[in-house]
Amino acid sequence: MLRFLIRRLLWAVFLFIAVTLVTYVIFFLAPSNPERIICGGERARTECLEQARKELALDRPIVIQYEKFLERLVIHRDLGKSYITQQSVNSIIKDAAPVTASLVFGGAILWMMIGLSVGILSALRPRSLLDRAAMVFVLIGVSAHPVWIGLIFSYFFGAKLGWTPITGYCDAFNPPQGLGCGGIVDWAWHMVLPWATFAILFAALYVRMVRANVMETMNEDFVRTARAKGAPETTVMRSHILRNALLPVVTMLGMDIGIALGGAIFTEAVYTLPGLGRTAVVAIDQYDLPIVQGVVVFGTLTIITFNLLVDILYAFIDPRIRLS
Amino acid sequence: MSLLEVNNLHTHFRTDDGIVKAVDGVSFTVEKGKTLGIVGESGSGKSVTCLTIMGLNSKRTAITSGEALFKGEDLLKMGSRRLREIRGNDMAMIFQDPMTSLNPVHTIGRQLIEAILLHRDVTKKVAKARAVELLEAVGIPRARRRFDDYPHQFSGGMRQRVMIAMALVNDPDLLIADEPTTALDVTTQAQILKLMKTLQQEFGSAIIMITHDLGVVAETADDVVVMYAAKVVEKAPVAEIFNRPRMPYTWGLLGSLPRLDADVERLVQIPGQPPSLLTPPRGCRFHPRCPYVMSVCRSEEPQLVNVPGIDDHLQACHLDEDTKRREAEKLLEGTLAEAS
Repeated sequence: MLRFLIRRLLWAVFLFIAVTLVTYVIFFLAPSNPERIICGGERARTECLEQARKELALDRPIVIQYEKFLERLVIHRDLGKSYITQQSVNSIIKDAAPVTASLVFGGAILWMMIGLSVGILSALRPRSLLDRAAMVFVLIGVSAHPVWIGLIFSYFFGAKLGWTPITGYCDAFNPPQGLGCGGIVDWAWHMVLPWATFAILFAALYVRMVRANVMETMNEDFVRTARAKGAPETTVMRSHILRNALLPVVTMLGMDIGIALGGAIFTEAVYTLPGLGRTAVVAIDQYDLPIVQGVVVFGTLTIITFNLLVDILYAFIDPRIRLS
Repeated sequence: MSLLEVNNLHTHFRTDDGIVKAVDGVSFTVEKGKTLGIVGESGSGKSVTCLTIMGLNSKRTAITSGEALFKGEDLLKMGSRRLREIRGNDMAMIFQDPMTSLNPVHTIGRQLIEAILLHRDVTKKVAKARAVELLEAVGIPRARRRFDDYPHQFSGGMRQRVMIAMALVNDPDLLIADEPTTALDVTTQAQILKLMKTLQQEFGSAIIMITHDLGVVAETADDVVVMYAAKVVEKAPVAEIFNRPRMPYTWGLLGSLPRLDADVERLVQIPGQPPSLLTPPRGCRFHPRCPYVMSVCRSEEPQLVNVPGIDDHLQACHLDEDTKRREAEKLLEGTLAEAS
């Protein structure tokens, strides 16, 4: 078990170095002039440009630049400053991350609830009305783009019916002064449509996956053994079928949370949520490299952490992994 | 009263291609503490017969009729609650493939305890003591330590021992063994069969031994039912089957038995394939493969009747008695001659 953990941790460190290196190199090889952006574009003064170059160490080789970047990141846990606003990237991310986290985790809870309940019911009654309806939902869910779904939702539920806010975000714990919106209720209220929009694709994928896994496991020999022992159907389902059928779902969930971080960009864009995705999109538009890089590094760290957690969790729930 | 009395059992499955008649009018009895061997090729309906008795067929696709009286109660008509009380308690089953029959994510100890607690109102501690006792009885070395191991940490033979322990843990009156040795290597097979025989004496359970291996039958069974294409074609005490077989299909099975004592160059095989149970052949179902086929075999189905003069030997064949006696003797002489 300890060796397993150490192996996983080393792998995580390696992954982190690899990803930061690649993003660093890509952004600094891109044809951009960071010093010019800092000094205000075409009409920048020469002194300003020179000073900026020195500050960014652009006159040094790229290896040194990367080393400085890593040093700043690892030792000072500092992601640098925005070229445009000179705001610290750390604080930008600190503001944006909770928004994305609300969206992704709320969405994940929603999609797991739908995926598990509908998937299991579908598997229990294949070809029933519910199963067929679920399969139609799956088809729509995987085919429709979140931007389109988002627009439809905010048009109908927000604009036409007036049930929910159309766009925007409310902070649950530290609302900014004078916005007239804040607290848990307002937060959840504003997140209802984004959650639904965000969860549809994954809910559809999970309904299909849970259904297939449960149906496959139902035909396993050990399920027949459990019935032969005289176990009631609820026990058979809980302790024998689900326990096995949901193992792969745990792995998938860990990986999908990572993928979902990327997918959050669309939902954030539609509902103008000030999350990481939107921050990154705006920053790319303005060539504000430190912000883009900050988002990538933060995202990478999050995904690596999640995968690590899932690996460890998986080792605990699947005895075959723990020992091999 | 017999322990189990199966009368005119039919199990049909709805499939996309039509109705598959997997079991078509099967009757037999199992006496207390005795062993009944059910023999036949793959797809002859032996396993389905027993799964039907246990109520383990898919309810969605299986259509069942007839009766299966277990201590006088009809298993096929009782409610699912009562059936669950009997399953794993009075009547237990072990399966063909020990590699897949245990739940991979639970320890074997937990699975054994589950079997006890489903039927007995005892504490976990008592259940554990009983489970360890059974693991020792089936010959798992260091049973107490291996209690918390997972199925993948055991070999196939050991897993089958665990399955047997789990089946016997509630001291059942009837143990159904569905090809319990087929997936095991030959040495392990012999060990498992020996173990089952010993345990049968100890626990006094009756056993239904499903197999395609007449060697297993010879070693374990008191009575034998030969099944072909969803029907019983011959039924007799074990000595009768081996000394006076009365049905060409049984001859085929006996002829294909490998013998250590005879220098035979090739095993005799039954030509052809078992028939489709979607559209079984008219008349005698064995006629397309039978070397003694007559015109009556193609049109008329032979009934399962007594061999004249021997009232516990039943057979379903149109051949006249003289031919049958002659052919059976020839078969026996042949094997005896080869042996000498």
